[in-house]
Amino acid sequence: MNAAGFPLLSLITWLPLLGGLIIMYVRGDEATVASNARWAALWTSLIVFVLSLVLWVRFDPADPGFQFIEQASWLPQWGITYKLGVDGISVLFVLLSTALTPICILASWEAIKTRVREYMLAFLILETMMVGMFAAMDFVVFYMFFEGVLIPMYLIIGIWGGPRRVYAAMKFFLFTLAGSVLMLLALLAMWNFAGTTDIPTLLHTQFPASMQTWLFLAFLASFAVKVPMWPVHTWLPDAHVEAPTAGSVILAGVLLKMGAYGFLRFSVPMLPLASAHLAPLMFALSVVAVIYTSLVALAQTDMKKLIAYSSVAHMGVVTIGIFTINVQGISGAMFQMLSHGIVSGALFLCVGVVYDRIHTRDIARYGGLADRMPAYALLFMLFAMASIGLPGTSGFVGEFLVLVGAFQVNFWLALLGSLGMILGAAYMLWLYRRIIFGRITRDDLRAILDLSPREMAVFAPLVVLTLWMGIYPSSFSVFWDATVSTMVEHHQAALAATVKLATVIPQ
Amino acid sequence: MLFAVAIFAPLLGSAIAGLFGKAIGDRAAMAVTILCMLLASGCGVSAFIELESGDTTAGVISLGTWVEAGTFHVDWALRYDALSAVMVAMVTCVATLIHIYSIGYMAHDENHTIWRFFSYLSLFSFAMLMLVSADNLLQLFFGWEGVGLASYLLIGYWYYRPSAGAAAMKAFIVNRVGDLGFALGIALVFFTFGSIDFSTVFGAVGQHQDAAYHVLGHTYRAYEVIGILLFIGAMGKSAQIGLHVWLPDAMEGPTPVSALIHAATMVTAGVFLMARFSPVLDYAPGALGFVTFIGATTALFAATVGCTQTDIKRVIAYSTCSQLGYMFVAAGVGAYQASIFHLLTHAFFKALLFLTAGSVIHAMSDEQDMRKMGGIWRLIPLTYTMMWVGNLALGGIPFFSGYYSKDAIIEAAWASCSLVGHYGFWCTVIAAFLTAFYSWRLIILTFHGAPRADHHTMEHVHESPAVMTVPLLLLAVGAVFAGWAFHDQMIGPDWKAFWGDAIQIAASNHVLHDMEDVPGWVSLTPLVVGLAGIATAYVFYMFVPGIPGALAAAFPWAYRFLLNKWYFDELYAAVIIRPVQYLAQGLWQIGDVTIIDGIPNGIAALTEDGSSQVVKIQNGSIAVYAFAMLIGLVLLVSIFLLFLR
Repeated sequence: MNAAGFPLLSLITWLPLLGGLIIMYVRGDEATVASNARWAALWTSLIVFVLSLVLWVRFDPADPGFQFIEQASWLPQWGITYKLGVDGISVLFVLLSTALTPICILASWEAIKTRVREYMLAFLILETMMVGMFAAMDFVVFYMFFEGVLIPMYLIIGIWGGPRRVYAAMKFFLFTLAGSVLMLLALLAMWNFAGTTDIPTLLHTQFPASMQTWLFLAFLASFAVKVPMWPVHTWLPDAHVEAPTAGSVILAGVLLKMGAYGFLRFSVPMLPLASAHLAPLMFALSVVAVIYTSLVALAQTDMKKLIAYSSVAHMGVVTIGIFTINVQGISGAMFQMLSHGIVSGALFLCVGVVYDRIHTRDIARYGGLADRMPAYALLFMLFAMASIGLPGTSGFVGEFLVLVGAFQVNFWLALLGSLGMILGAAYMLWLYRRIIFGRITRDDLRAILDLSPREMAVFAPLVVLTLWMGIYPSSFSVFWDATVSTMVEHHQAALAATVKLATVIPQ
Repeated sequence: MLFAVAIFAPLLGSAIAGLFGKAIGDRAAMAVTILCMLLASGCGVSAFIELESGDTTAGVISLGTWVEAGTFHVDWALRYDALSAVMVAMVTCVATLIHIYSIGYMAHDENHTIWRFFSYLSLFSFAMLMLVSADNLLQLFFGWEGVGLASYLLIGYWYYRPSAGAAAMKAFIVNRVGDLGFALGIALVFFTFGSIDFSTVFGAVGQHQDAAYHVLGHTYRAYEVIGILLFIGAMGKSAQIGLHVWLPDAMEGPTPVSALIHAATMVTAGVFLMARFSPVLDYAPGALGFVTFIGATTALFAATVGCTQTDIKRVIAYSTCSQLGYMFVAAGVGAYQASIFHLLTHAFFKALLFLTAGSVIHAMSDEQDMRKMGGIWRLIPLTYTMMWVGNLALGGIPFFSGYYSKDAIIEAAWASCSLVGHYGFWCTVIAAFLTAFYSWRLIILTFHGAPRADHHTMEHVHESPAVMTVPLLLLAVGAVFAGWAFHDQMIGPDWKAFWGDAIQIAASNHVLHDMEDVPGWVSLTPLVVGLAGIATAYVFYMFVPGIPGALAAAFPWAYRFLLNKWYFDELYAAVIIRPVQYLAQGLWQIGDVTIIDGIPNGIAALTEDGSSQVVKIQNGSIAVYAFAMLIGLVLLVSIFLLFLR
């Protein structure tokens, strides 16, 4: 059946929902319900995480195809099946989702005080949607999970968010939905052409060149909003600023990866001609994103907005890497995505730590925290450096591999795409200096407490991952090496075939 | 094995002091870091001696895979050859002395987190050792950025001072500008050679001679582009003109930091990179010409600025900048051995100078302005003597270490027989005069004349404790003898045996040989101008103290130009920093808020308005509805009749 011997992926996907059902039936006074909901959610997510570790152990890195495949008949008359499986590109995203969920639940332990049960329920549903999306091997299944993610996230921002939460939630929902509608059209067109929505089959279907361009643009509309690419990025800062801390962590950690994952899963391998032709467009948008949003980040006065803009810049590096379509570029993009998932998540948690104490995200309200919070200063430094891309942290590997990949395409792409190296250092250090350095001038800061044991427990796995990915990155990249190499070869073969065709026809 | 211990012992010390420093206390943290450093220097020196005596052979110690992506494969590995062994020995020794000195210097730190300071110092030492012992460009870059981080932390050690925070940030960001060039250079090396391992790259130098790279609308030889890109990285780290602005500000850090990072080790990383990459660079004459030009210009520029500064540490900082220029001149004319030789001697005498300055500052109750010193040479005789030793070595006075290495560079510049080489020669000769001048200006202003400090400070002037003076004495031994001791092996007749494969030069490069045959006046010039510089300083500041003021009054624009360091900071503020700030604000407020968000918000507003208008039609009156239906019917029928028949 599959390497695990039981329907592992379905279990990982649906178990959180089961935990959610249990939480729904918790009764009692408010405090009991809240406490039970917290513990139930934490245990559910931890069990799911442990189950997902089976993927880490049993995944065969030498096999470039899908593994742990499970299949059930769903709508046979339409060629649609319930089919799950992971390959080198998706397996670590499943793990990223299952690893970040317990961290988020732990981070919300004290910060969320109202409607705790519903909050935890939303997070568990979110986990189901995320895992299902990354594990889907059928386009329709993918699409349902892809859209399903919106609902719990919309609620998390809209109910537990800050003062402008309704505006932010609506903006988030409408931006992403507007793009997705076009993807639905593309899905229908593909189904119409190929007669199936099975992803492995679609990967080997050759779509006509003109159709590829239209499909590519439709995908672009959906994925670009999710990434987000310039100029459809403005929903992100608002969503981040209003979302509760854990919401921001998942948003930056996993949701932003969905767009880039879509490019890697659909656009690049299924539409090789369009990807090659439209790569310059993607490069242009990405380079603008890197420079533009880095500069905008420099001007921010709100901590969360600054980190949100830095996310857009980092994702710009990812999209550059993906469309270089060489092994270093794509591998770098993969690494940058995972690293960004961990580091930006950690940075949002860092903001959450001081926000929980002082209840403001205004940078000017802080200063001199090194004095009272040395452990916090150390952690913040580590994650800031990882965000800047210091060698030895996870941030460096992806950024550098993308640089190497981009260099093989064009010198200017490499140079401009790497300007984030300088600008990133500027905005992160400027942020760090205003918050951590200086003298304490305010009374509430003078009494501020350093990290609690619970917060340490939240950060510990992120610290380990940041350093581990920086010092021994090959233990992660080995998962996707074979898949990415195959993808690049497949792409080159597809391009070569067209060139041959073009030279044959006129004769 | 010894070699690996030498490199990782400081990391251990740093980790213990950094993570448990608060728990174990300052004294234990100091003890741990210093023990680790002593172990490292013992191992480092033994590894060097073993290699040079032929007991062990050069090789690579592999530690495991680092980054892997397709054909891009990078290992963690330590390269053990003459170049890395000499650097490891020097770095561990100087760093150990500076650790010990810091016990005394930091004893009265108001911050009460001395463990943090020692942890940073050891972290820095580790990163520097990784840099010099790297076996591939990416690991070198790891050390390169690691020293950048450590220097950021150390410059910002007194984080509550706004100036320290600003200086730390400036140092990191300016370095990052250079690092971008470096990173692109690494990518191009991979693009050209298909690997970034030193052994693979250097072994394939012959095969890619004609490789071309197309950039900026022209096609260049790939080696030239590699050389330029790597040198841009070196310019940042080694504070060459244009990217030097961070170094003087970095004096905000405690003085031992300045000695360790901004004199002996980190800033010389760029020079080291040039020497390490000599097998490729030697085939890139255009890039080398650029290196010489920038180095020579920096040597002269920094020396002119050094003549007008009043902060004792800033004078020495500009002096460092200038001496780094000398090293790049040497590398640029192909005398990589001479550049490393000067790097070595400079490490000793410049660390000595900085630490002596620290001893002065310590004695003067943390005063750094030379205008408020004077008349203290009898009170701190040992410090005074050490300052003399350091300056004699820096000034290139015979038989002190600087004499051997600096003269070699000036001769090599002449012997290169190229136009840019001669530019380098004249710049370095003038800089030699200015070097001697500002060095003795520093001595006279600091120690001689009438005391200009207040009564209270003068009462407290005292010689530093032994924990500070003993490192000074040991560094002084190096400053006196290092040149004499290593001259023959490093740049003399035995250089091939000494360096082995660590420095490979092209067959056409015989500058080391040619510099033995330069005309007599070329060899004599540095000494003559040096003595002239000393004499001028005595005339200006001791015998006729009115001259400097009169000169400044006669040429006010020139004086202000030098005092303001050629207006580099002002230029950058006007041309880069402020425009970027405006641009950032503009992109945010106009680009994002007004334009990009304006469109969806506008559509939303339009929809809302529109629907509130439409609502008005539904007023509940049957007559209005019936009328609307009638109009609709007429319209539909007309359309049907007109178009669809």
